[in-house]
Amino acid sequence: MSGAVQFIGRVTIASVRDLGRIGWFLIYSLYMILRCPGSPLQILKQIRFIGAKSLFVIFLTAAFTGMVLGLQGYYTLTKFGSEGMLGTAVALSLIRELGPVLTALMVTGRAGSAITAEIGIMRITEQIDALETMALDPFRYLVTPKFIAAMLSLPLLCAIFDVVGIYGGWVVGVKLLGVNPGAYFYEMEKAVVWRDVYSGIVKSFSFGLIIAWIGCYKGYYAGHGAEGVSKATTESVVLTSVLILVWDYFLTSILL
Amino acid sequence: MIQLTNLHKAFGSQKVLNGLNLTIPDGQITAIIGPSGEGKSVLLRHIIGLMQPDSGRVEIDGESIIGIRRSEMNRIREKFGMLFQNAALFDSMTVFENVAFPLQEKTSYSKDEIRIRVLSALEDVGLKNVEHKYTDELSGGMKKRVGLARALLLNPGIILFDEPTTGLDPIIKRAIHQLIKDTHEKFGFTAVVVSHEIPDIFDIAQNVAMLFRGEIRQYGPADEIRNSSDPVVKQFISGSLDGPIQMV
Ligand SMILES: Nc1ncnc2c1ncn2[C@@H]1O[C@H](COP(=O)(O)OP(=O)(O)OP(=O)(O)O)[C@@H](O)[C@H]1O
Ligand SMILES: [Mg+2]
Repeated sequence: MSGAVQFIGRVTIASVRDLGRIGWFLIYSLYMILRCPGSPLQILKQIRFIGAKSLFVIFLTAAFTGMVLGLQGYYTLTKFGSEGMLGTAVALSLIRELGPVLTALMVTGRAGSAITAEIGIMRITEQIDALETMALDPFRYLVTPKFIAAMLSLPLLCAIFDVVGIYGGWVVGVKLLGVNPGAYFYEMEKAVVWRDVYSGIVKSFSFGLIIAWIGCYKGYYAGHGAEGVSKATTESVVLTSVLILVWDYFLTSILL
Repeated sequence: MIQLTNLHKAFGSQKVLNGLNLTIPDGQITAIIGPSGEGKSVLLRHIIGLMQPDSGRVEIDGESIIGIRRSEMNRIREKFGMLFQNAALFDSMTVFENVAFPLQEKTSYSKDEIRIRVLSALEDVGLKNVEHKYTDELSGGMKKRVGLARALLLNPGIILFDEPTTGLDPIIKRAIHQLIKDTHEKFGFTAVVVSHEIPDIFDIAQNVAMLFRGEIRQYGPADEIRNSSDPVVKQFISGSLDGPIQMV
């Protein structure tokens, strides 16, 4: 009996401590971004890695997402005889919801895991300790450039996702299924307002923050050896993805 | 002066430091010897604040470094250089970039100046024509020497060496010992050298401390330790299998 109580106590204390640590990590990272954001070269390198190198994946997923939206949208809208609204349906789904979320999930899989692995390996090979002994803040070299790069890259990637997706929907709707090409874009222009775009940008920006935050945090506190790093990487991808979806719900309910 | 008072550190149920006391004087070379796995590296990590003791005090030049703010800690760490047991080189950088990194970040030297300093520091540790290599393309001994060059380059007031010569061939070992001795004579830094090089270390260090069972077993001038009558110290120095130190 006392064993069980002890166990529950230990688990509770450990999770409260972890929560504190993860919160502190975010606060300290944001503080460091304001104080000394790191060298522009480092930031550019990270933008190249997180942003530019994700382009291909984003193109591919965006095209197919847009195409499937074209199919599904057409199927649904013909039931009401309003295929003319296809452009609006595709654009709104992409801009408000699918663009930011799918971009973030793809980048998590590609770059989030790599961020964790990179920092985790530096942790277990004492490279982070070496930085500390040189009185150089590891956050400045490893963490803040990734935060800045992710927060800048995600909205841009998301914009590309949206545009490619809209043309994907256009290919299927207009070229394959014969929706009126004028209506596709005209209705879209009428229905999509700045607020929709704005909410997409806010979303991707905050998803970028989540990707960098969890990715760096999991690497920074990676466990022992190769196994510790691989575990941290898995946990990082899972936790980031879940957080993105949960945060997406709350953000949507605020921004709606 | 580095002052360690009543340090305790345990990992789970394993007590590594057990009320350790040690005062390391300024401007001298102090060697720490002791059996493998006794906590010598852990001791160094406490001195530079990479590990916090469970209890006890660590003071650098009279300032406690336990529980202080990061900015304070960084100010104190400016005094330090450290060579890690596994060298801890940045593996995404070349040898040149590794050694140049602290110079780039902490000094205002020009590119050319940095280049000259880095190459001469590498030459001092017997490395030539490797500056463009990545660290995973080096042998273990070469890594160690790159780490040494990196630690010495900023002329810190206190340098911690964790086994600077382990894994090096006898000639390079002699050369590194000579390098430590010479740079020490030149710059007068405080050195803490963890080493298994017995008896060579007695010729380099002014003081020797033997760590055993989480405490300093004996501490004094090198010659005093060399001729110690303590059975533990005696056995360790002679490398005898018979005596109070038992292999498990
Ligand atoms: N981070 C850690 N977590 C748990 N145990 C540790 C940790 N670091 C060191 N230890 C344990 O502390 C003890 C002392 O380790 P340390 O590395 O200081 O030995 P050492 O005296 O430097 O040995 P060697 O001469 O082989 O380098 C070892 O038993 C080790 O298992
Ligand atoms: Mg050691």
